[in-house]
Amino acid sequence: MRRFSLGKYALPVYSVIAIVYLMIPIAYTFVFSFNDSLKTNLIWRGFTFDKWINVCKQQGVCEAFGNSVMIGVISTVLATTLGTMIAIALVRYRFKARSFVSLLIFLPMATPEVVLGAGLASQFFSMGAAKGIGTIIIAHVMFCMSFVVVTVKARVASLDPALEEAGRDLYASPAQVFWKITFPLLMPGILSAALLSFALSFDDFIITNFNSGPAMTFPKYVYTAAARGIPAEANVVGSAVFLLAIAIVVTVQVRGSLKAKRLARQK
Amino acid sequence: MAFAAFGHGGGGGAANTTAPTKKSKVALFLLLPGLIYLGLFFMTPLISLIITSLEVPDGSGVMGSYAYGFAIENYGKVVTQFWPQISHSFGYALIATIAALLISYPLAYFIGVKARRFPLIQGLMLTLVIAPFFISFLLRTFAWKQIFSNESPAVHFLQQVGILGPHDYLVGTPFMVIFGLTYNFIPFMTLPLYSILERLDVRLLEAGADLYATPATTFRKVTLPLTAPGIISGTLLTFIPIAGDYVNASGDFLGGTKTAMIGNVVESRFLVLNDYPTASALSVLLMGVILLLVGFYAKRSGTEDLL
Repeated sequence: MRRFSLGKYALPVYSVIAIVYLMIPIAYTFVFSFNDSLKTNLIWRGFTFDKWINVCKQQGVCEAFGNSVMIGVISTVLATTLGTMIAIALVRYRFKARSFVSLLIFLPMATPEVVLGAGLASQFFSMGAAKGIGTIIIAHVMFCMSFVVVTVKARVASLDPALEEAGRDLYASPAQVFWKITFPLLMPGILSAALLSFALSFDDFIITNFNSGPAMTFPKYVYTAAARGIPAEANVVGSAVFLLAIAIVVTVQVRGSLKAKRLARQK
Repeated sequence: MAFAAFGHGGGGGAANTTAPTKKSKVALFLLLPGLIYLGLFFMTPLISLIITSLEVPDGSGVMGSYAYGFAIENYGKVVTQFWPQISHSFGYALIATIAALLISYPLAYFIGVKARRFPLIQGLMLTLVIAPFFISFLLRTFAWKQIFSNESPAVHFLQQVGILGPHDYLVGTPFMVIFGLTYNFIPFMTLPLYSILERLDVRLLEAGADLYATPATTFRKVTLPLTAPGIISGTLLTFIPIAGDYVNASGDFLGGTKTAMIGNVVESRFLVLNDYPTASALSVLLMGVILLLVGFYAKRSGTEDLL
């Protein structure tokens, strides 16, 4: 695999092919969002901006998208709050049940989604709870929390305790130390955890499908529509979300590298 | 990203200097809400699933009504009845995981080792690897279905070249399902591999060459053992979701009548047929196998502390 010729040409070529392979369905979805399709979006019938301009004309797409955003935001806020608290406790405090807590955080990530979904659904069923947006949010907070803990934990661990000590030496109350020192320092970790959490919630289909009842989310809309052909408007929503997410990632990366450059200059 | 879940390193951390008496109270306050939540909506559902898996029809003949029982034989029944689907789940997951590893390792090696001197290319390629996460998983899978649909140029071409017979198609075949599964989970394999290859000390490879090892030997004796933790986390991160997936194998996406996996059965039994005991028994079975696998991996790699 790493013969001299391979390292020089074959490996870069191979990598480019692999990347192209990863991009194919994305490009396809994007291109077909401009298709002047009638009912289904199977055959290319000509270029149009119509689906982008009149996205919401297609029944249900925008409602499903709106629900997904709302569910994503609420789940993210709750999961990030609960997860951050656990992350701080896990790094900063020694307690007996530590390994048990770690295991409890780890297990949801190691459980297949279909098991998480069916388990919650069977519990809601035995409780007699009506499924809807509320049950979807409960489910999403559950599976997002562990990912938040893992992401924030790394940040807490890299935090210099001397900074908080300095705050206490200057007679700051514990609350002041937390809000003025710890929290701002944890912010990048919390932010990336929140973004991850939103992405997981927004794109979740399997767990949602088991716990949504009549409520519609964007992935569920796509799944339901797949039986008769997904309308081009769904491609529009998917492509728009994709472009937005890429823009966010690029902005964060560019800002990060600018900051690194600035810090390097100061030294 | 998600791969941090089975990550390596990280962890640990400095102990704090808060007064010891206060410690436990604060820790409890920080932990309790989240732990209660997981208790209520993660642990209890699993227990509920186990209880449901042992239930029996309550005799009323009404669809979806079951009575508590201790029908351990439910498990034997689902294994014999759904053996094809069970074997698809683990068989497809195994093949797709190996395929994802074979595709991802060279890619991650290139990004993490060869592209080190070019941060711009490295950043760009890494962004492209995670790009699929930003577009709906279902839309991507459906795109493959359209690209390889029966009337598609791609299938016509394969028929003309003779790779496919004149009446052979791709959608609905196990090949297509495995193809889709591999595609969908490649980033979960590439990212943990990248994160460990990025830290690989190339001087060790040079040392191998200096000691007259062939590149193949250096790879086998140096690179592979050093990157084993990445292979382990990548394998788990791919295998687990694939074994439980039912979108790729669904008849509306890449699968057909003969490709159903455990997830497809659980979905239809639970949501369509209201056959809760069967769906639950299959879920518990799947969970059990996954836990055995994770436990085995944790033991082998010596990382008791997976988190």
